[in-house]
This record gives sequence, C-alpha cells and structure tokens, in this order.
Amino acid sequence: MRTLNVLWIACAAATLAAGCAVRAPGVEANSGQPLGIGRAPTAQEMRGWNIDVRPDGTGLPAGSGSVALGKTVYDAKCAACHGADGKGATAPALAGGVGSLGSGKPVRTIGSFWPYATTVYDYIYRAMPWDKPMSLTSDEVYGVTAYLLSRDKVVPDNAVLDAKSLAAVRMPNRAGFKPSDDRARLSGNRCMRDC
Amino acid sequence: MAHDGSAKQVERLSRRSVLWRSAALTAATGGFASQVNAQGTTGNLPPNNAEWTTRPGGPFLNPPYGQPSPFEKGVVRVLPSAPNPFPTGTRTPLEKLHGTITPNGLFFERHHAGVPAIDPDQHRLMVHGLVDRPLLLDMNDLVRFPSVTRIHFLECSGNSSSQYVGPSGRTAQEIHGLVSCAQWTGVRLATVLAEAGVKPQGKWILAEGADAAAMTRSIPMELAMAEGMLVYAQNGEKLRPEQGYPLRLFLPGIEGNMSIKWLRRLKVGDQPFYTREETSKYTDLLPDGSALEFSFLMDAKSVILSPSGTQRVQKGTFHEISGIAWSGRGRIKAVDVSVDGGRTWQEAALEGPVLSKALTRFRLPWRWDGSPVVLQSRAMDESGYVQPTRKALVAARGSSYVYHYNAIQSWRVAASGEVSNAHA
Repeated sequence: MRTLNVLWIACAAATLAAGCAVRAPGVEANSGQPLGIGRAPTAQEMRGWNIDVRPDGTGLPAGSGSVALGKTVYDAKCAACHGADGKGATAPALAGGVGSLGSGKPVRTIGSFWPYATTVYDYIYRAMPWDKPMSLTSDEVYGVTAYLLSRDKVVPDNAVLDAKSLAAVRMPNRAGFKPSDDRARLSGNRCMRDC
Repeated sequence: MAHDGSAKQVERLSRRSVLWRSAALTAATGGFASQVNAQGTTGNLPPNNAEWTTRPGGPFLNPPYGQPSPFEKGVVRVLPSAPNPFPTGTRTPLEKLHGTITPNGLFFERHHAGVPAIDPDQHRLMVHGLVDRPLLLDMNDLVRFPSVTRIHFLECSGNSSSQYVGPSGRTAQEIHGLVSCAQWTGVRLATVLAEAGVKPQGKWILAEGADAAAMTRSIPMELAMAEGMLVYAQNGEKLRPEQGYPLRLFLPGIEGNMSIKWLRRLKVGDQPFYTREETSKYTDLLPDGSALEFSFLMDAKSVILSPSGTQRVQKGTFHEISGIAWSGRGRIKAVDVSVDGGRTWQEAALEGPVLSKALTRFRLPWRWDGSPVVLQSRAMDESGYVQPTRKALVAARGSSYVYHYNAIQSWRVAASGEVSNAHA
C-alpha cells in the first residue's frame, strides 16, 4: 500500500511538471489529474486515529472484559454523572425503559433504543469518561459495555465480551429503525383566505 | 480656531488621546457604558450640542480587533434556560440582529464535549478508507486547494424543539436561536475527495472531530459530493474556536450536527457507521415507538422577529413586520404573514438577493388598531414545500419527537401591546 502511494506521488509530480506549460491558469480543479496536495499518512499515523467501530464489529480491538470488571470501572468513573446502575443523574440514564418507546413517556437508553451494541464500545472509548476520554483500556471498555448491557438483560450477569461476542449481540430495538424519506415530510397548505 | 501648531496644543491633544485610550480599554471590559450614562444625557439632546459633538472623539480602533458599541452590551448569546452541568450551546439573539448575516461573535454554538483550543500548526485532516490515495493534510495544504465562498444558514436540528410539548420560551432567541447564517469559505469536499480518489464501493463517509467527544457522523457520499465544504473561514475571518477552528465540515441545508467541527478525519466506507449520534441522538421517535434514522434535511421555516416575544407594540402606530425565512431545500419562494391568527394571509416582500439555503429577510407594513391579535409567518420554498401549522406537525409526529421542529410560530399581541409566545 505504502509503495503504491509513493509511486503515485512520484507520478503526480511528474504529471504536474509536464502539464504546467499547457494548462491555462484557473483550470478546473480535479479535471482529471490530482493536484498533488498533501501526503499519504503512514500506517502508524493511521493506526492511532482509526478508532471507529462498525455494526459488524470491524474496528473492535483485541481484549475482553466481564460484567464484574465493568461494574468496578463504572462505579469509579461513570456513576457520578450517570447514576448508580446507569439509572441517570446529571447525565442521561443509560439503562431501563425497555418497551417504553411507544408509550407517552418513552425512555431512550442503550437497552431500549440503540440498534447496535458495537456503538456502545465505540462511544465509550472515544468520548468517556467525560473528563478523560480515550483513557480506558480496551478490557475496561469491553467490561463497561458488558455491564451496561447486563443492566437491561441484553447480556447475562456473568457475560465476558470481546470483539466476536460483542458483534454477535442483538439489541432489543434492532428492528425499530427505518430510513427517513425527507421527500415525504409533512408540508403545509398555502391557504390565503378563510383558512 | 487658531492653527498655530504650538507645542502646548500638541501636548494637550496627545494627553487627551491617552485619556481616550484608557476609556476605550474600560469599554473593552464592559465598564464604559455606565460611565457615559452616569454623566447624564439630557444635556446631549437638541437644541444642545451633545458632548460627543463638542470634543474630539476616540482614536483608531482600540482594541485593534474591534468591539461593538458599549451601548449594545445586551446583544449577546444566552445559555439555555435550564441549568446543565455540561456545556452544550448558546443561542443567537435573532430579534436584535438586522439583515441576514449573523456576526461571528453571535453565531449560535453547540458542542458535545466543550470547545477545544487547537493549534492550527498541529491540526491534521486524515482522509482514508475506501480511497485510492489516503491523505494527510495540514492547514497549509487545505488552503492551497481551489477555494469557494458561499452564504448559507446553519441550524441545529433540535432548534425550537421545546415547542413540540407546549409554548415554552419567551423570545425568538430562546425559542429559535439555534439558527444563524454566514458567508463560508473553504474547499469543496468533492475537491478533496477527488484528490484522494473515492473507490466505487465508497458510499458513506465518517466525519470525525478532534474535540473530546471525537464527534462522529456518517454522511452519504451523494450528499457530501453535492455541496459539502471543508470550511476554514466564516464571514471573512478564520473560524471562531466554538465554530470548529481551524477546520470544520459544512453541509448546507442539513441538520447542524452533521457539519462536524474541529474536523480531523474523513473515512470512506461502504455503509453507514451507526455512531452514537445517529442512533441514540438525532433520530426521530414516532408515536408508535418506531424511529426514523438519517433524517438530514432542515425544512422550510420562518419566524417574525419584529415584533416578537417580550417586545411591545404601540397602538395606532406604524410598524414594519419583519423576520427571517430559510429552507434546506433551496431558495425561499414566498413568505405569507397573517395578522389574524391564520384566518387570512398576505404575501410579504422578500429582500434580495434570495440565496439558496440562506436566511431571507421578509417585510410587511402594518398598523396595529389596538385589539388583541396573533401574528404568524409561513414560508414556502422553491420545491413547493409549505411550512406547516403547529397543530398539523404535532398531530403527525406526537410530542416525543425532538428534532426538525419547523411549525408556524405564533406571537400574541395583547391589548397592552405586549408580545408573547403563543400556540394559536
């Protein structure tokens, strides 16, 4: 991959040099040839930032964590804002509310609302705890994920999650979403008299 | 007046300018207005010549980056009314602004983990995933790309959301202040993606910020390519920190959350990434318990700003009803105004140029007869979409819906002339 990039850069430089004499100023950008701006990131540079986790588990790192480990981490680093057992405090509730979405008072939590369990891992790692994001080890993130999912019985209390088992978790509201059709949004009526 | 150029006069002038400098410095810290007021004002009214007419004014800009008049100190962004332990956002004082461009210091802000202080020399944008040539770009690289400048509004999809439940908020700022409009400069997203060479399987882009939330959203390729921009300047100056300095994504007409600020990474994938923002937040829960995902568009909307909540109208006097309208679908085609709670409507004048996906100012002359009335405005855009009534919107969506509230705003004018938020 890296060899290819180097080749491409050399190629682009040659093309630009050759093309300068015949190109008019103000020629449309990207009219075929790359402009040769920027450089390829190294594999190491990419590794540090390539943190996203997809629904099928792509991106999940090695490691594993139990509900028990997760509870220890949660109580120490999460409960102050999210409350004991994820019931909510100054920050929103993370558990409870399963089956409430169609009621007059829906409670949107991980267990009741989120379609994918992998997103829990992704978000905890990138953004939590609030005062120190990206500080948890992958074992700790697996553990907190397992603990939060266990609160709504999505996984059993003795669960140990890793890349494979987390990707296999099916969330209660997995089928609850449909793509929006922006063209079908509610439109008003342009009545001008006796409306 | 003698022009003898004497040393004494020069000295006097320079001493005076020193005095003014210290006054201006006080102004910068907010203490100037009260000093001026303390001097009394009646002597400044006609037929007298005011003190500011009878002695030289202050020097050039001081501080060097100018400030509004100290008398305008009440024109500021406000925090949300409900106390929140986490910093979330501030709202634009729409009813105190003029025209359609929002000054950068008053542009609404919304963030999910605070405003990072980013050194532009150390900021990088990584473009990778399903591309032929992964890129690492610094800010100098980004400004070397061919640039574009466009005027567009930006609206948080949660703007006005409290109105689903019932009348809440008093002023246009409190209710609708999560919309602003600016002139944006940057490079088209399509230009940078072409530089990287998107592979045919590349259908979605993950955009990620460098803030403490590493904020992420998935964006369909078609939407990104159409009008997406990588923005580094706003209204002629570099972005403000709270607006994503030094680099943000900008998607015209699309819910604000997707215009990722402090942008550090674009990753091309073959399907959505289902981040926390597009699963737990920014999805639309329907009354039956199902939810819509990826509802990006900000529909047509309008609000009368003059007169609006907490303002006062005088009986029998002339007023120009004036406000703003906008649509994520393109240009505003017409704005109708009702002064009788929606029974009859008149078409307001639109002030040009009417730009696509930009705030548009509308105006209608009016004389209030003193009887209680309800004022409303209704926008229609070039796609033919008409802003709905609140009743129709809530009937269709229920009151657990959070985002994309765009119903007609009603302002009640009481017999006293006091204007208040109403759900007519």
